[in-house]
Amino acid sequence: MRSTEDGTLNEVDENAVETALQLKEAAQAADPDSGHEVVALTMGPSIAVDAARRAMQMGADRGVHVCDDDLAGADYAVTAAALAAAIRTEAPVDAVVTGMAALDGLGSVIGSLLAAELGWPQLSVARSVSWADGVITAHRGVDGVSETWQAATPAVVSVTDVTNSPRLARMKEILAAKAKPVRTLSAADLGLTTEELTSRTAVRSATRRPEPDPEIIFDDGTGGAKLAEYLIAHDLLAKENS
Amino acid sequence: MTGVLVPLGSDAAAGLRPATREVLTLARDLGEVTALAHTTPTADLLAELGSYGVTRVLTTPLPEPASAAAVAAQAVVSAVTEVSCAVVLFTSSFTTKEIAAHTAHRLGAGLLIDVGGVHLDGGRLVGGKRAFGGTWETVCEVRTEVAVATVTPNAVMARPAPQPTVPELRDLPAEIEVPPRLELLERTVADHSGDTRPSLAEAAIVVSGGRGTFGDFEPVEELADALGAAVGTTRDCVEEGWLPPEAMVGQTGTTVAPRVYIGAGISGAPHHIGGMAGAGTVVAVNIDDEAPLVQLADFAVIGDLSSVLADAVEALREHGG
Ligand SMILES: Cc1cc2nc3c(=O)[nH]c(=O)nc-3n(C[C@H](O)[C@H](O)[C@H](O)COP(=O)(O)OP(=O)(O)OC[C@H]3O[C@@H](n4cnc5c(N)ncnc54)[C@H](O)[C@@H]3O)c2cc1C
Ligand SMILES: Nc1ncnc2c1ncn2[C@@H]1O[C@H](COP(=O)(O)O)[C@@H](O)[C@H]1O
Repeated sequence: MRSTEDGTLNEVDENAVETALQLKEAAQAADPDSGHEVVALTMGPSIAVDAARRAMQMGADRGVHVCDDDLAGADYAVTAAALAAAIRTEAPVDAVVTGMAALDGLGSVIGSLLAAELGWPQLSVARSVSWADGVITAHRGVDGVSETWQAATPAVVSVTDVTNSPRLARMKEILAAKAKPVRTLSAADLGLTTEELTSRTAVRSATRRPEPDPEIIFDDGTGGAKLAEYLIAHDLLAKENS
Repeated sequence: MTGVLVPLGSDAAAGLRPATREVLTLARDLGEVTALAHTTPTADLLAELGSYGVTRVLTTPLPEPASAAAVAAQAVVSAVTEVSCAVVLFTSSFTTKEIAAHTAHRLGAGLLIDVGGVHLDGGRLVGGKRAFGGTWETVCEVRTEVAVATVTPNAVMARPAPQPTVPELRDLPAEIEVPPRLELLERTVADHSGDTRPSLAEAAIVVSGGRGTFGDFEPVEELADALGAAVGTTRDCVEEGWLPPEAMVGQTGTTVAPRVYIGAGISGAPHHIGGMAGAGTVVAVNIDDEAPLVQLADFAVIGDLSSVLADAVEALREHGG
């Protein structure tokens, strides 16, 4: 899961944690001795550990925090390589669950890259997820196509904000989460090579856009006409794409 | 000359979509363009590709499950190797972002997602993108020999080539491994042939209504139709059952980057803004002048959306004659 700037959990990652908890519960219901665990994995600066804490408050059993100055500014490829290496240290893993898109960058690519890194099947943008006998079934509807996919574990699953309703942490679990262990891993611990640590893309420049300075009209009965005038005056009616 | 590959995906079957024409326009400015199809292109499609300056069309069938990103990506990788392309350009969608990720992984290529334009600088692909809810403009470069990028719709105006080409047609031999342990149980493709409005993801103008419509989308739809626009909405309205999930714009909905985005009765939550911050011009209609979408807009009308939008439609009709 990914943390936001203030160290809280990216909200759709709460759905990912919920899915992981439900998968564990389904496996446990089928076999009480299966010994499944939910591990919260996050990569980011020291504050990112808060995201793992938040997941543990929801019920994750422990945390893994990938944290290294060499990973600051990691692009998609480096992020995926580091997360995949961390997942390998936890083998055997049945499922990796991610959110469909992080709020900041909206890449929606980490799930695909993890599937590619691990060589696992991928069930993405899942609107519903279920588990039976080591097989995960997921339904998705994107770009006007509705699909039902099935994958035998291990698999990578990405979920949306409507996949489930994340459970609220109860006081008992908030207290218990403080005692749950978090393993911190550096790039060296993960055995990442120089090549894997080298971003393939770089930000050349980042400029703050000028503060928006909206032209605000209070409707006195002519607001609609002024809206139309604005579009016409700025030549915004052209329909060259239709 | 730089080789540029444009995968057509399922587009090849139905004729080129506007977003694909835009990407072909960008690709032609970068170098020599090869298109990749999975069914033999019709004469019409070839002529259209030729009018956009495509010099070569590779065709390779995909094994089932053809809609798995890992399968489609392998065909793209084969094409890149076959004609040694340095740049792969996709139109941006959920589906293509996944294929682009798998492609970049296999090629060891740098990946740019949702860029609003690309150019080459010293042989490197450079792309611009808005980040953090549209408050920052970033320029990113790819440092690997091969670059993979997805381009948002409406990034450029589609322009046919000054000199049409006659694309060379070639079968692409591709060995594609099917991903392990994966099975497609069911697939249905929505029939959009009867649609009177452009698709939300690609429309040049989007008119969205939020909770402030109180479920009455008639004014929103009328304005959309007067402008030839697509209709969008917020998650709250989808949850209310007012519009289907396909109409949702935002972090967990569709990302749009139209020339004009008109949001009526929408507060402008970060989740919503994240999905429309790439818009060229933003217009807001809201009773609350403090609403975040009003603050972010270029132009805003403070008032009741039902009368404001209806008046706007009337003014547009008068203008259009
Ligand atoms: C994980 C997660 C993901 C999410 N993803 C998305 C997403 O992808 N897309 C999305 O949209 N939301 C998303 N949301 C929800 C988001 O946080 C907001 O709740 C939602 O966008 C608000 O919708 P709204 O603007 O329609 O409603 P509100 O916030 O209730 O705003 C209604 C607005 O209408 C105005 N209004 C009221 N009456 C009138 C009138 N008569 N005329 C004009 N204006 C009027 C009000 O002043 C107000 O500004 C997500 C939330 C979470 C937690
Ligand atoms: N640094 C990170 N640490 C852990 N998980 C991440 C990280 N970045 C992305 N993810 C996961 O990948 C999902 C999609 O992110 P993105 O591809 O960046 O939009 C997020 O919702 C997270 O579940």
